[in-house]
Amino acid sequence: MSRSLTRWLATGLVLGLAAFTAAPASAQSTLDAVKKRGKLLCGVSPSSAGFAFADDKGVRRGFDVDICRAVSAAVFGDPGKVDFIPLNTNVRFQALQSGEVDILSRQTTVTFTRDTTLGLDFGPTVVYDGQGLMVHKKLGVTSAAELKGAAICLLPGTTTLQNLADYFRPKNIQYEAVVFESTDEWRNAFFSGRCDVITSDRSDVASVRAVANNPNDFVILPETISKEPLAPVVRQGDANWRDIVSWTVNALIAAEEKGINSDNVEQQTKSQDPEVQRMLGVTGDFGKALGLDNKWALNAIKGVGNYAEMWERNLGEKTALGMTRGPNKLWTEGGLLYTPPFR
Amino acid sequence: MTTTALQAAQAPLRRPRPSATWRRRLGPFIGTPVNAVITAVCLALLLWALSAAYRWGVTNAITEGGPQACKGRAGGACWPFLATKLRFMVFGYFPYDQHWRPLAALLVFFSACGVTMMPRFWSRRLVGLWAGAVAVIGVLLYGGVLGLPRVETTKWGGLPLSFMLAFVGLSLGFPLGLLLALARMSKMPAIRVLSIVFIEVIRGVPLISILFMATVMLPLFMPEGVTIDKLLRAQVAIIIFAAAYIAETVRGGLQAIPRGQFEAAGALGLHYWQSMRLIVLPQALKIVIPPLVNTFIGFFQDTTLVIIVGLLDFLDTVRSALRDPDWQGIAVIEGYVFAAAVYFVFSYGMGAYSRFLERRRRMGYD
Repeated sequence: MSRSLTRWLATGLVLGLAAFTAAPASAQSTLDAVKKRGKLLCGVSPSSAGFAFADDKGVRRGFDVDICRAVSAAVFGDPGKVDFIPLNTNVRFQALQSGEVDILSRQTTVTFTRDTTLGLDFGPTVVYDGQGLMVHKKLGVTSAAELKGAAICLLPGTTTLQNLADYFRPKNIQYEAVVFESTDEWRNAFFSGRCDVITSDRSDVASVRAVANNPNDFVILPETISKEPLAPVVRQGDANWRDIVSWTVNALIAAEEKGINSDNVEQQTKSQDPEVQRMLGVTGDFGKALGLDNKWALNAIKGVGNYAEMWERNLGEKTALGMTRGPNKLWTEGGLLYTPPFR
Repeated sequence: MTTTALQAAQAPLRRPRPSATWRRRLGPFIGTPVNAVITAVCLALLLWALSAAYRWGVTNAITEGGPQACKGRAGGACWPFLATKLRFMVFGYFPYDQHWRPLAALLVFFSACGVTMMPRFWSRRLVGLWAGAVAVIGVLLYGGVLGLPRVETTKWGGLPLSFMLAFVGLSLGFPLGLLLALARMSKMPAIRVLSIVFIEVIRGVPLISILFMATVMLPLFMPEGVTIDKLLRAQVAIIIFAAAYIAETVRGGLQAIPRGQFEAAGALGLHYWQSMRLIVLPQALKIVIPPLVNTFIGFFQDTTLVIIVGLLDFLDTVRSALRDPDWQGIAVIEGYVFAAAVYFVFSYGMGAYSRFLERRRRMGYD
C-alpha cells in the first residue's frame, strides 16, 4: 500500500514539475501586458505618511502613489487606471520579480547590491532623502559632533543602525542606541525625553517634528549621515518599460523647470520653446518612440501635475509633514534635480 | 408526631432569610480580615481605573473638530478621529460610493450566522441557506454582474476581509481537519504517515511563514505570466493551517471515545463511514466544543497576520488610518481601543455561544 502510494506520488510530482517547466515562457513585453490588462499594477507601501496612505474616503494618496498615476496617465491617458498592491519591505522585490507588479514605487533606496544582484533596474531618483537626526532644543546641541554619550531612539532595520555606526565610529563618538518596534512608541519615547536624539530618514524625522505639540522645542541637525536616493524600480530586461518609467519621471521634473503645470499644460502646447513642443508632442514623435501616444507627457502632467505640485500636495510645507525641498530642488535653484534634455 | 416529621422535612424547603444569602455570597470576599482587605484593595483599584477611563473617554475627551482640535489636548480621547476614519477602518480601500455592498454582505453574513446559531433551525436546509448567502456575498463584494461594478480583491479590506478569511478558513478547514484526524487514527500506515507528516509540518511552522511562502515563493514557481490572486493564496494558506490545528483538536475528542463504541458500531454491521458519522463523530465533536471554539477565536484574531502579504484586514486598516499625515501621532490609542472593542465583541460572542452549547449538551437535549 505505502510503496505503491509513494510511486504514485513520485510520478505525479515529476509530471507536475515537467508541466511547469515545459510551459512556454511568454516573451510579452511589460507594456503589452499592461495595455492588454487595461491597468497598471503598482506596488506601494501599505501605509507611509506622505508617500502612500489612505485619505478619509479610502483613496490612496502620496508621492509614491502619484508616480504610478503619472505612468498610468502616460500609458492610458488616464491617471486612474492603476491597481495599487500594498507591499511590505520584505516582499517588495519578489513581488516585482514574479510579475505581481509592473512598478515598485515604494520609498526604495538605490544601492549597489540591489541593482546588481536582484535582477532589477532603478528609474531616476525621485526623492533625495538621507538619515537625519533631531534633538531636544533645550540640550543646546547644534551639530552631530556634539552628541557624545547621547541616547538615540531608532526603529529596527539594519541600515539605520548601520548608518549610525558608520558615521560615528570613525569620529570616535560613543552613543547608546535604543531600538523600538513600533513607530508610536519610538516617537513618544523621544518626546518624553527617554532619548536625546531621534533618527530616521529626514522625511520621517520631519513628520515626527510636525506632530509634536510644540515643534519649536525640537531641532533637526544639519548633518545628513547617509544617502537615501529613493527611486521607482522595474524588472531588468525590459528596456522599453524602463524608458517609459524613467522618462515619465523626467517629464514631471522638466515640467517644473519649464514652468508647465497641470493648469497651464494645454496652453503650453502653443509654446515656442522647441523642447516643450517636443515633450508635449506638438512636434516630433517622442511618444511613438516609447510605444505610447505622443501626448504621453502632456497626459502625465495633466494627471498629477509637475514635480513641484506633487511635492506640495504630499510632502510640502502646507501638509502636516511640512518638508522643505532641501536637495530636491531643481538644479537651477541649487538642488539635485537635473533631467537629461528632451531632444 | 407526624406533623412534626412533616414540618422537619419541609423545613429545608423554606426560603432562607435574605441576610443568610448575603452572608453566603459575600463570605468569600469579606469572610476573613485578609479577604476583606484584598477585596477593598481590588475595589479601590477598579474604581481608580474606571474613573481614569471615564476622565479619558468622557470628561476630557474632544468630541468635535478636526486634527487641530485634538492636537495638544490635555490627556483626553480624540473621538473625531474615529468619526472621520470609521468607514475607512471598517471597509478599507473598497470604493467609497460602493460601501453599501460590503455593509450588505456583512449583514447577510450576520443574519445567516444568527439563524444557524439557533437550535430550532438546525436542519439540512441550512446548507441551502449558506450556499445562498455565500453566493449573495460573493456577488456583492466582487460585482461584475447585475450592474454592479467589478471590485478587484486588491481593494477588499477591513472587517469584511477579516470575517471572510476567518470564516472561509474555518469552514473549509474544518472538514479537512476532520479527515486528517480520522486519517491520523487510521489503521492504514500510508494514510496515517501522510496525515502525521502534514499535520506536524504545518503545526511546526508559524502561520506567518506559511503566508509568506504562499505569497512570495509560489509565484516564483509559476510559469511567467501566470499569477494567482493574492487573496486566494492567503486564504488557502489559512485553510491549510486551520485544518492542521482542527485535526489535532478533533483527534483529542476521538481518543476520548471508549473502544466499546467503535466495537458496538461494528457489531451493528455499520461500515467505517457509517459508524463514524452516526456513532463516533457526534460524540467526539461534542467533547471538543470548547477547544474548537478556542481555535476559532484564535484564528479570527490571527487573520491580522495577512498584513505581511499586503492584505489589509480590520486591525491593519485601523493602523493605516493612524498613518494619515493629518492625524499621525495625534490619535493612536483611540484607534486601538476601537479595534479592541470590535474584536472583543465578536470573540466574546463566540465564547458565550460555546458556553450555551455546552450547557445544552449537559442538559441532554441532543
